[in-house]
Amino acid sequence: MEIKKGIAVSPGISIAKSLIIDSEDYRIPRREIKPSQRLRETQRIRNAFRDAVEELTQLEAQQNQTKGSKIKDIFAVHLRFLHDRSLRKRITDLIHSELVTAEYAVSKVLREIAAHFSSVKDTYISERADDIYDIERRLLRQLLGKRREEIENLSEEVAVIARELSPTQTAGFNKQFVKGIATDAGGRTSHTAIVARSLGIPAVVALEDLTEIVHGGDTVIIDGNRGIVIVNPDNETTQQYEKYSQEFLELEHKLDAIREKPAVTRDGTKITVLGNIEFPEEAELVLQKGGEGIGLYRTEFLYLSSPTEPTEQQHYEAYAETIKVLQNQPVVIRTFDLGADKQTQSKRFAPEPNPFLGLRSIRFCLQNLMLFKIQLHAILRASLLGHVKIMFPLITNHQELMQAKMILRDVMEDLDDESIPYNRNIEIGIMIETPSAALTASTLARDSNFFSIGTNDLIQYTLAVDRGNELVSTLYSATDPAVLRLIRTVIQDAHKAQIDVAVCGEMASEPDYVMLLLGMGIRAISITPPMIPEIKQIIRSVTIEDCNNVARKVLSMNSERQISNFLRNAARKILPEAF
Amino acid sequence: MEKVVFETAIEIKNVHGLHMRPAMQFVDVANQFICDISVSDGVKVVDGKSIMQMVILAATRGTKLKIKAEGPDAQEAINALQELVESKPFIDPDSDG
Repeated sequence: MEIKKGIAVSPGISIAKSLIIDSEDYRIPRREIKPSQRLRETQRIRNAFRDAVEELTQLEAQQNQTKGSKIKDIFAVHLRFLHDRSLRKRITDLIHSELVTAEYAVSKVLREIAAHFSSVKDTYISERADDIYDIERRLLRQLLGKRREEIENLSEEVAVIARELSPTQTAGFNKQFVKGIATDAGGRTSHTAIVARSLGIPAVVALEDLTEIVHGGDTVIIDGNRGIVIVNPDNETTQQYEKYSQEFLELEHKLDAIREKPAVTRDGTKITVLGNIEFPEEAELVLQKGGEGIGLYRTEFLYLSSPTEPTEQQHYEAYAETIKVLQNQPVVIRTFDLGADKQTQSKRFAPEPNPFLGLRSIRFCLQNLMLFKIQLHAILRASLLGHVKIMFPLITNHQELMQAKMILRDVMEDLDDESIPYNRNIEIGIMIETPSAALTASTLARDSNFFSIGTNDLIQYTLAVDRGNELVSTLYSATDPAVLRLIRTVIQDAHKAQIDVAVCGEMASEPDYVMLLLGMGIRAISITPPMIPEIKQIIRSVTIEDCNNVARKVLSMNSERQISNFLRNAARKILPEAF
Repeated sequence: MEKVVFETAIEIKNVHGLHMRPAMQFVDVANQFICDISVSDGVKVVDGKSIMQMVILAATRGTKLKIKAEGPDAQEAINALQELVESKPFIDPDSDG
């Protein structure tokens, strides 16, 4: 039994046999097979050679007609390799002696040969290594192409395991048989995550080396609620998860009924429950789950999913699509929050030594005015299509807010010059996600229409903890007294200034923390869409008086441990089946 | 059955040595016969019917090779291969070949 932790991107629990999808674009990991599978794998090798020969023969014949003698020669040489019995024998011998998959054997043997060629001093021969890589890819395409066909014609339930899934790979997924998805790479915004969420398949990503641990046919538990994957679970674990799975399905069913009902506490206080989204396609999900608008529309995907910078029209179309789905319900568009993540660092000429304290988010926008203005132009142009608000991320001081607003005014003037209509009174808010912003909230409130507390970054910056770093991640906690005091300050200052304040970080989608947030004065939250029904259920089960008592007690406590235990017990009393 | 073995020594004369195209021609000729054919550079012994092994031999210009054929048509095989390598050097479309 092996337990791997990743990022949960689509909720639910699946227990199924694994089906691994390798890709010819990445190194094929060593994967073992059972002795009984040897014949099948050698048969796959035979078929792959046969089909590759057929493919090459056709290509060579086409070259005959066009008289490209050089290319024809290359194909002829490749064909000789595919006909070479000793090459095929070396591959099938490896399958028999080391009990490995056909893909791995092909890759290993051909790469050894290529390495041997490369090491020969004669450049004419060493350059032929490229031919060997070409043959390797051709054989792998044959092997993996058949795998993809298999997935489209599944007849039993599987958990799909891959390094990363591309749109062509997921296009043929059948929800009836693909019960779970787990990938080495990816994040909340990856293609896999979006597909899994839209199909309602439990998924966990960012598992790093999962594909090297799992063997085809292994039983795999994918826990899309907690972000855990368990390979070859023991009986006890399997039984435990079967129970979780059953409970989860029952709860889902029960929560279905809640979707239409308002998020009102038992003593009649209305709470606004909004959804966080990345892609226009997710807007529909927010409504389906019973959300009343979008409290955080992350826009980075426009930049990260394309090799070139998005045009103003691309921005506009994405925003328009989302806004139209929501009709007149609010859509809070957060401007680019780029900078600290891997993609932008790798695009950078010289990566920053400490990117989370570097040129990220609003700072990045204020130094890249073209990019920033294009986005603001598109948001303003879309502002008349519905109820649009603008939100600036990672504000650390008042001057930054004023600069951002000045640039917004510039863009408004541009639109006036172009005679393009827009909402002149568009609401402008900021995210409170640094201690400096929290401590100066009263000043920032004078020039903001609303606050949204981004707890993920606020916790990281307050406690000086990178939660991705497992050496210190246990120090990362939403219930640290320091974090809670900052949050309380922000809420109080917002109330004094009579502006709206919401929480849009992950803290708001944790059932344990709902009572505390309401008790501290929060009346709007924005959370990941799948969590909306459950959080609504909790809201409908509490009274503001209960919540105030919880908050009062918690704010008098001095230990993170004590607070989290207290909150867990309080929440369990309200909605025992959710835990 | 009587074991028929024939051997011959040859020298690689074309500029680029026994690279892909000549190796391809070599194995094409070798594969016309049913006898086993091995090629040795004095260090390694490889299968003369396998392009992979022949290229791995990496015989550059001037390399002396020993070809050994074992089987009923060994004599004809040796003659044909010797002719390919020496009497009518590899057809090398590259003019520098």
